[in-house]
Amino acid sequence: MSGGRDSEVAVLGVGMHPWGKWGRNFVEYGLAAAGDALTDAGVTWDDIEFVSGADTIRNGYPGFISGATFAQALGWRGTPIASCYAACASGAQALEIARMRILAGMCDVALVVGADTTPKGFFAPVGGDRPDDPDWLRFRLLGATNPTYFALYARRRMELFGATVDDFARVKVKNARHGLANPNARYRKEVTLEEVAASPVVADPLRLLDICATSDGGAAIVLSSVDYAKSHGAADAVRVAAISTVTPSYPNTLIDMPMFSTDPANVAAPPPLSFRDSIAAAAYDQAGLGPDDVNVAEVYDLSSALELDWYENIGLCKEGEAERLLNDGDTTIGGRVPVNPSGGLASFGEAIPAQAIAQVCELTWQLRGQAGDRQVEGARVGITVNQGLFGHGSSVIVRK
Amino acid sequence: MSPAKTRVPAVEGWFTIDDAPHLVGSRCTTCGTRFFPRRDIACADPSCAGREFEDVALARTGKVWSYTENRYQPPPPYMSPDPFVPYVIAAVELDDDKIVVLGQVVAGVGVDDLKVGMPMELTVDTLFEDDEAEHLVWKWQPAGASK
Repeated sequence: MSGGRDSEVAVLGVGMHPWGKWGRNFVEYGLAAAGDALTDAGVTWDDIEFVSGADTIRNGYPGFISGATFAQALGWRGTPIASCYAACASGAQALEIARMRILAGMCDVALVVGADTTPKGFFAPVGGDRPDDPDWLRFRLLGATNPTYFALYARRRMELFGATVDDFARVKVKNARHGLANPNARYRKEVTLEEVAASPVVADPLRLLDICATSDGGAAIVLSSVDYAKSHGAADAVRVAAISTVTPSYPNTLIDMPMFSTDPANVAAPPPLSFRDSIAAAAYDQAGLGPDDVNVAEVYDLSSALELDWYENIGLCKEGEAERLLNDGDTTIGGRVPVNPSGGLASFGEAIPAQAIAQVCELTWQLRGQAGDRQVEGARVGITVNQGLFGHGSSVIVRK
Repeated sequence: MSPAKTRVPAVEGWFTIDDAPHLVGSRCTTCGTRFFPRRDIACADPSCAGREFEDVALARTGKVWSYTENRYQPPPPYMSPDPFVPYVIAAVELDDDKIVVLGQVVAGVGVDDLKVGMPMELTVDTLFEDDEAEHLVWKWQPAGASK
């Protein structure tokens, strides 16, 4: 599918409610983020022609119908809505639904919102006895938590590429430093290698400070047609050049949360690109851009080690070279292609439906030159990447 | 002494509990591909229209793809002993079938005993016990470890 500049939409406004463990109703965070995004866009709620909500599954019925929940919280105006769920990729799908509505000429201005209130500790499956649900069964039969999977990937990096636990810790140290200057980050504190090494092992080889927390937070974006942005005095608004929402290709031979097993690799030939590689590849293809064009990236560092996998998956370096990229300082602010200037999940913790939207908020601030002390100088093209369990890819490319 | 408890699989139809236990997979009768866990709706290969499957015994042996040890108690529905006991999980690529399958590793084998590529074999062991029964699950152990 070809995209190109004719299929761009404008990021008219962005807003976030700070991440934390506030323990309040998720609607409050979404509403605050939406209010900031509307103000940033210079529009009001009655200008919005469509609301796209990213759902949360841990906050009861209002979470499953988030588009309507946020529309009602803003005050019913008859606005059409959509609500979607795609695990960690929900935010990208909500953006895609709004973008498609705009590109189809069905509306000019849309509001995208995601927010979550999370319980303490590991994410657990939804309650009840559900032996047909792999997400329930993996806890029951294996005790396989999310960090279990992160740890399997991390250990494999160590054995295949010689990564060390210090490499992983250096990702955390970098992201913590980036996040220091971010008013929306939950953790704004330097972390040392020694502190990572002194934190308890959660899932060997990963320690507590290698693994992202679960957080409350909210993020919102006002998207518009490029023509609307021009008529609104925002001709130079950051553009969304691509949104990838690909699923795996058969046979998927990398074990994915929450599965027990991979597809068999002995009959059908594995696809040319792994699932994770295919996520950004589809976005590059859509935008007509490549990894060499990227100046800044927000990747889904559910664990410190996973950030290294993403460097390779989005083409910043070849397989097995991520540690070198990190240790050369290429992915630190001031380096060749800074990764997670926001501080990433390491500084935020994960607020699932808000996270993919928050990634785009950060890149928008970066491309506008509004990122303050964490500014990546001269950034013109940015990419986000993320993956939701059960096969949800998510990658967004924004450009000036 | 209480009488021996009934031994029941913690999930029905996923594995056998005989002397040489194996995972039970599904073989697509159209294309011959073998899957785990079992399938009964449609072949996973998009180029195959198969809708019928037969149960097959999958390879009992494989090679370590990766491994970890969980040191924190998972939430329910994991039936954790009290106090919590850490456990090792391995992802093992089955010989012949080329399916990577997760499983706990038997007690007594630690992460320092494992290596990517190391040969493993399937066994059946206790997952948890309640008043009525001993609930069983498949586990991995280093190949040749059983008598």
